Amino acid sequence: MNAKLQAISARLDTLLEGSDFTLQAQVGELTLVVPRADMLSVFKLLRDDYDLRFEQLIDVCGVDYQAYGDGGWSGKRFAAVYHLLSVSKNQRLRVRVFAEDDDFPVVDSVIELWPAANWFEREAFDLFGIIFEGHPDLRRILTDYGFVGHPFRKDFPLTGYVEMRYDPDQKRVIYQPVSIEEREIVPRTIREGSFNG
Amino acid sequence: MAEIRNYTLNFGPQHPAAHGVLRLVLELDGEVIERADPHIGLLHRATEKLAENKTFIQSVPYMDRLDYVSMMCNEHAYVMAIEKLLQLDVPERAQYIRVMFDEITRLLNHLLWLGAHALDVGAMTVFLYAFREREDLMDCYEAASGARLHAAYYRPGGVYRDLPDHMPQYQASKIRNERDIAKLNENRQGSLLDFIEDFTKRFPTYVDEYETLLTDNRIWKQRLVGIGVVSPERAQALGFTGPMLRGSGIAWDLRKKQPYEVYDRMEFDIPVGVNGDCYDRYLVRMEEMRQSNNIIKQCVAWLRKNPGPVITGNHKIAPPSRLDMKSNMEELIHHFKLFTEGFHVPAGECYAGIEHPKGEFGIYLVSDGANKPYRLKIRAPGFAHLAALDEMARGHMIADVVAIIGTQDIVFGEIDR
Repeated sequence: MNAKLQAISARLDTLLEGSDFTLQAQVGELTLVVPRADMLSVFKLLRDDYDLRFEQLIDVCGVDYQAYGDGGWSGKRFAAVYHLLSVSKNQRLRVRVFAEDDDFPVVDSVIELWPAANWFEREAFDLFGIIFEGHPDLRRILTDYGFVGHPFRKDFPLTGYVEMRYDPDQKRVIYQPVSIEEREIVPRTIREGSFNG
Repeated sequence: MAEIRNYTLNFGPQHPAAHGVLRLVLELDGEVIERADPHIGLLHRATEKLAENKTFIQSVPYMDRLDYVSMMCNEHAYVMAIEKLLQLDVPERAQYIRVMFDEITRLLNHLLWLGAHALDVGAMTVFLYAFREREDLMDCYEAASGARLHAAYYRPGGVYRDLPDHMPQYQASKIRNERDIAKLNENRQGSLLDFIEDFTKRFPTYVDEYETLLTDNRIWKQRLVGIGVVSPERAQALGFTGPMLRGSGIAWDLRKKQPYEVYDRMEFDIPVGVNGDCYDRYLVRMEEMRQSNNIIKQCVAWLRKNPGPVITGNHKIAPPSRLDMKSNMEELIHHFKLFTEGFHVPAGECYAGIEHPKGEFGIYLVSDGANKPYRLKIRAPGFAHLAALDEMARGHMIADVVAIIGTQDIVFGEIDR
């Protein structure tokens, strides 16, 4: 861990003392995991604290941990991952917030803190079905009008459920069940030990 | 008295100024925009989901197709993310080649942006001029990788192969006689580096040409000055990066502030705007082209003097040479494993961001130790920029929306992913 990361983590330790958080460092990056209950107050601190000043939200993305490690995952299923950037301090931080309920994942929207969250949260909602409470306009964004399901969830098949074609009889575009079969050419494998040496 | 109603206008997805497949629902009061609601996703291909079902190396060509006008930069972020998790060192020569091609890509992107932007605003000539130069740069792509657009040239651990010693030449044909061909081939006699060096000598004159056509052009200024003004604070809050952020006066460039590869050894300046309007962003990008040209020159000079390997010698990541594979059992096993199973990336997560021509292009990679990524998130700069279109266009006329789309440098391959 270099000096910059140590400074951030020391600052975070003092700021968040008493709350339930974990801080991990890997490949020169810091990841902060906070519970949903504290997320808005923590994000506000991260943005406004003089030593942190994360004034830019670079990215929000959903992650579905259901199949992580080939079923070895025991934690909560959905998480929203935020990438923050401080232009004035030249530092980065990743924040992960797990949604409490696997069947109805909800986290709070950070749109009030960073307007940039608007579309990123809509995207995570569209693809993973994570609800961002407080978002004023949580519509689907990337998938088709009237799309059913959340395609980036691990239990959604790669081929999808429906396909679209033009029907010459009805003279319009129709949906029908997919006619292709899913195939996996290179199987997904996790090696014991390190194959890469 | 006549009843006054607001119009809702559907702009695109087939409109030539919509840069591909942007559908924009505009709420108008007369000709003034009250709300702009971009409907995106018409080019959504689920690249991130596809990547979860492919080995790491099989996804490299997908990256080209994200932002299809700056192909190699997309690959760069992707291979950097993998290298970061693998903690793999890239040979120095490969780093210089990457930097050089990143800058060539920046020129390609900015030239297309310039041509399309000018065309949107009503100037035809610049488009033709810009494509003349793009032709030369795409020939560089072709000479190095074999493909003019979708190169798949960057690989985890380096680049696919070294720069060629010969530049491909034009052949005589029905429409061109020998003398014309000889003229066309004049600067293609030497190696690729000779050709690129010749290009960098010519290029400043070309930028001067574009500037003569546009910078002081009365119509151009009337269409751009004071349009789409974004304050520095607002630009940060909206998640702007790249020329969009610099146009608002914030000197932020990942190549300088968080240097990757060999950018810390390059000499170049970061241009910044003052007013944060479309015209300033135009000026920023024009200056960026000149700076990129300088970086390319520095890379060419270094690459001439320093031959060496261009991809890592770790054959668990990069394939062994054909000859070794045929004569050495160990290498044969490496080759077989690499092309049947692929390599495994240690469990963990990382984010690799690069200064893409459009802004910060980042790859967030989550791996659980398998031969395929567990989750790959592509952070596209254009996504955040287009999200701000509503705010930028409010209170402007319809014609200004076209100028704002132009200045945002929208490409749907990366926004829809």
